[in-house]
Amino acid sequence: MANQGPAYYSPYPAALYDGVITPPEGKALLLEEVVDEEIAMREIAKQMLTKENATIFPGPQVLYGYNEEAKKKATLIKEMAEVLNAKMIPMYDYRPKYPKIDAEVEINPNHPNLTIWHNNIKAAIFIGVHCHYANVALKMVRCETDCYTIAICGLSGHEDAMATLRDQHSSELEKFIKIAREVKAELKL
Amino acid sequence: MASIKDMTDTHNWSGQKLVTADHMLFEAPREKHFMTGSEVLKEAVKRCTVDASVSYPITPQSEAAHLIGELWAEGYVGTYFRGENEFGVMSEVAGCAMAGARTITTTSGPGTLRAMENFPQWSGTRIPCQLILMARGINSPLTIQPDNLEVTFMLETGCQIWYAENVQELFDMTIAAFIVAEKPDVHVPIVTVVDGFFVSHTRESVMLPADDIALLPYEPYKSPLPPIDSETPPGRFLRDPFVMKSNYISYATHASWQWEVRSAVERSRPYAKHFLNGLVHVTGTPDAEIAFVTCGTASHQAKEAERELMKLGVKTKVIKLRTIRPFPKEELLKELEGVKHIFVPEFNVVGWLEKEVKAALHNNHTAEVIGGPRVAGGMSMPAEAILKEVFEHINVEGK
Repeated sequence: MANQGPAYYSPYPAALYDGVITPPEGKALLLEEVVDEEIAMREIAKQMLTKENATIFPGPQVLYGYNEEAKKKATLIKEMAEVLNAKMIPMYDYRPKYPKIDAEVEINPNHPNLTIWHNNIKAAIFIGVHCHYANVALKMVRCETDCYTIAICGLSGHEDAMATLRDQHSSELEKFIKIAREVKAELKL
Repeated sequence: MASIKDMTDTHNWSGQKLVTADHMLFEAPREKHFMTGSEVLKEAVKRCTVDASVSYPITPQSEAAHLIGELWAEGYVGTYFRGENEFGVMSEVAGCAMAGARTITTTSGPGTLRAMENFPQWSGTRIPCQLILMARGINSPLTIQPDNLEVTFMLETGCQIWYAENVQELFDMTIAAFIVAEKPDVHVPIVTVVDGFFVSHTRESVMLPADDIALLPYEPYKSPLPPIDSETPPGRFLRDPFVMKSNYISYATHASWQWEVRSAVERSRPYAKHFLNGLVHVTGTPDAEIAFVTCGTASHQAKEAERELMKLGVKTKVIKLRTIRPFPKEELLKELEGVKHIFVPEFNVVGWLEKEVKAALHNNHTAEVIGGPRVAGGMSMPAEAILKEVFEHINVEGK
């Protein structure tokens, strides 16, 4: 099970307690290593293209048309899913799902592992999820699953993800899609 | 009275020019003033584009809340109102901050304890509000005297805790505190502590930038939790059912949530380091074998002792901790290299700072840690008390 990430297995690890911190501006994080954004983008594309049942979890910030940027991002995420051959399971709000989540079609930050287990997801991108809920979910996913987690964040990034990009706006998403196409071609997929 | 205007891209509602914290703290020209801690807090709040402040008019622990009220009357603070008691005040602060307002309040002593349940709730809801804690005693018979025992109750609330030594630090920290607390990856409350009376009521020289500039406003839509609005009711998650359940999923969520709040405090380190010019401040002889580890006004008294000891040929240094949460363990260990005796003078009877220092040193350092001197209940800490503590433990010729 949880054998990836800087903390490996421990009950509810927090990467920060292992000295991992959000990347500085202009940089990205791969596990505990601060790297150039482009290097991280290539690795993210590779993970998504080669792992089983790669899935994108879009959150409320890109699922609802709050502004033009949100709409543009949503369109790009759809394109990203196509390029990465990834499924899309939305995190459309943050309320726990009772009596039971429909893990086939939805994910929730309070029990994200259920969706990952049910769909046997081995790589996932969190995008458009408010930072606190992304962090709560990422800690649980890392502890409870063997899913390679990726956070594409519009703000400061997420050290609990195994790969994190920060300050990602529509122009950066376009750049990532371009790189993902290149990696896909290199892998002959 | 400043006229109330709409916020623009360049000016706030009171007509002050909007500037970055870096400009305010490091670049703007400053002039010398002579003020109490309460007065200087008013000056800091005046320059912070504060949306809301709530107060409770208890027996005057300081004039600070009253002076922030004057700022509202002058048009510098967006809204200002009175709570029914301290619990009400801190709850109302939470409401203001959840709604996206830059919010500040001040309390101390029994007021802090009455409001206690709110502080972990503040951090759990990831609000970036600021509490100015003008520390004073907690005991029965009721005291209003200086004593920082109450800080020990705040240590594990999930709030950031900074500690100012004097009015200058109080001014600078209050401004920086908002900015660090509002960083999207931090976004937890900040408690700025000063020693009540010794700082709140004492007039000192302080360098202030002009009051026609103010911080850029808070951007609530960068919050790690959605701010409340017509679609997101207050405390959404507090009413969600996982809180009420007893099952593994519920436990997992709560555990992860607690880790996340504490991680957020840790993420403040690089920002605090930048705005405070380091998490610790060291004076005295760099290679001294005797160190005083301090916070607040105990730092000032330890510096007096350091000068007296130097006259006797005894080299010492004072390591002042500017942040308590996050605790500056790495910086402290670095400054303690070569130190053999550590004294921790404190304004309380329990020695909470000594415990913090010992925890940081455990398995990392072999120096002897002496928890003292300790004064409490309103007593001052003359340098002689610190010297006496040193002489009791270390043989000093000519003492």
